[in-house]
Amino acid sequence: MGLYAGIDVGSGYTKAVLLDEAGAVVGRGLTHSGADFAGAAERARDEALAEAGAELGQITACVSTGYGRTNVAFATSNRTEIDCHARGAFHHFPRAITVVDIGGQDNKVIRVDDRGRRINFNMNRKCAAGTGSFLEEIAFWLKIPLEEFSGLADRSTDPDVSLGSYCTVFAKTEILARIREGVKAEDLARAAIESVAKRVLETQIITGTVVLTGGVVAHVPRIRQILAKVLDTTVEVPPEPQHTGALGAALAARNLANS
Amino acid sequence: MSEVKPKRIAAAKQMKQVMADHFLGIDAASRDPKRKVAWCTSVGPAELLQGFGFEVYYPENHAAILGATRQATDYIPHANAVGYSPDICSYLTADVGAFLKGHTPLTQAYGIEAVPKPDVLVYNTNQCRDVQDWFMWYARHWDVPCLGIQTHRNIGPVADDHVTSIAAQLERLAGELEAIAGPLDPDRFRESVRLSRVCSELWEKVLRTGTAQPAALTFFDGTIHMGPAVVLRGTQVAVDYYTALLAELEQRVSEGVAAVEGERHRLYWEGMPVWGKLRPLSQQFLELNTCVVASTYCNSWVFNQLDPDDPYRSMARAYTELFIVRNDTVKEDYIAAMCDDYHVDGVVYHDAKTCPNNSNNRYGMPQRLSERLDLPHLVINGDLNDLRCYSEEQARTSIEAFVEQLDQAD
Repeated sequence: MGLYAGIDVGSGYTKAVLLDEAGAVVGRGLTHSGADFAGAAERARDEALAEAGAELGQITACVSTGYGRTNVAFATSNRTEIDCHARGAFHHFPRAITVVDIGGQDNKVIRVDDRGRRINFNMNRKCAAGTGSFLEEIAFWLKIPLEEFSGLADRSTDPDVSLGSYCTVFAKTEILARIREGVKAEDLARAAIESVAKRVLETQIITGTVVLTGGVVAHVPRIRQILAKVLDTTVEVPPEPQHTGALGAALAARNLANS
Repeated sequence: MSEVKPKRIAAAKQMKQVMADHFLGIDAASRDPKRKVAWCTSVGPAELLQGFGFEVYYPENHAAILGATRQATDYIPHANAVGYSPDICSYLTADVGAFLKGHTPLTQAYGIEAVPKPDVLVYNTNQCRDVQDWFMWYARHWDVPCLGIQTHRNIGPVADDHVTSIAAQLERLAGELEAIAGPLDPDRFRESVRLSRVCSELWEKVLRTGTAQPAALTFFDGTIHMGPAVVLRGTQVAVDYYTALLAELEQRVSEGVAAVEGERHRLYWEGMPVWGKLRPLSQQFLELNTCVVASTYCNSWVFNQLDPDDPYRSMARAYTELFIVRNDTVKEDYIAAMCDDYHVDGVVYHDAKTCPNNSNNRYGMPQRLSERLDLPHLVINGDLNDLRCYSEEQARTSIEAFVEQLDQAD
């Protein structure tokens, strides 16, 4: 049986998805990207093959995506992560949608029409504001493991706490001042997530259903509710949102093989 | 995969010689006590200065060379350290920073020790207010006069009073220059205006070879070949150069030779070049079979209003009908006409961090024009000279994704 592989080499993590000929997901991989993108791509792919119980030779086409997309020597072709997140999100929600992908180093807002074609896209400016890196920094300063960040924010009781600055450096200074004032870590964690969500609001007018993808919602699920409130719209999250780009790449590989 | 090679323009060799002669000529003049050197802004009153017999040197061109040779970012911090903010024009900060460190790229290129000491600095604020601050820094340093034209801004239709007031400033300026260089040679002045006009018409025809399908030259070619139109307008040398370049490009058009092999998409570039990244950007578009066929920037040295029979008023009109000093309605009409004329599929806006006057994406223009023209757009964050403001990976991904989007629309 032939398989189609998608490899998403992101700044933080490398993800792999394997599809069978019917388009069903049969394997996934997830590993730190580190400094060796080529090695990370192989590890993620091998992990997905192991889950699928398949051999390397069964992969008939592979598309790579993400920042390290050109480092994947075994890929048949590569596409941008903008294209792949749009494809992956549309696969789960086949209608006109706005895809919001919040990853480690950037965020993207991608409008897709009811045929799955991209209408436009915006990326964040060259700044950590509105990205996973912002939350990682804040978690570090609050001395909270990132995996506990969302749960902590769930326990926030003061909705009026907010961060005035979206600059990561200024926000850290602000947080230290707030801690000295006695503001609770729960409220600061929720305010930090809200700051990320507000950056999405700035990118373009967002109407209709939002599909939230990327590593941040996978690790900080609280952002879904906060983003819905900030954008005043419905926010859907696909299964395994961190793998949406890899899924889109695998779908592109399947198209490639069948074209 | 072997790298796709850009098509070489044979006239480039001639241009290199022309530019070398220009810089060596000014260098010689700066060391000759009988000759006078004027510094002039890129769209300043060069023709008037030539009428007084000045050798004219253009610091914006020097700053662009610092950018294109990827030296600008190293020198900007030295200007920042003396109080010139990293948020202001990075031409200014790169140029002043390099001067403070005793450096000029002209040394490596032409063996010239230093930029020429001016007898006078003459600006026109039509580019921005920063040129005035930039020239004043040097005026203080050398204790030489700094004179200028204060432009109008946000101009809708150009009215007689706009032209009259700028022409009056030019005539007043002529009086001030006379005190430095002696009397104006009116014949030389008119001849300079005439040659500028001819140069301008030839340059426009060169750029219009981009309307051919496939286009005969790219925006990136234009940024290199505009050098003589900026620093040698008003001279026969520039006229001769563009005559040769135009012949070569018209030959391309007649033979259907594409600047970008397999041209699939045609784009318009709005904003400054990213000088330090011209080559990788040009290469990326080449590999995407996408030609940036036209730009506002390269067309900013087209002055078809110049008239040797009415030099002051026609210069005033040319420097007032300029895109950069017009209001958004005029600018949008201009870009819309260009997009139509050049049959483009989309518009790329360069948001240059330190150049608000040349970043037309900040007040809703891309959204308005996309809706009006039914053309997609892309905004790239970067800068003309300060590469600290440019993320190569993000720009590359954005451009690639934009072309993927154009592919989907086909």
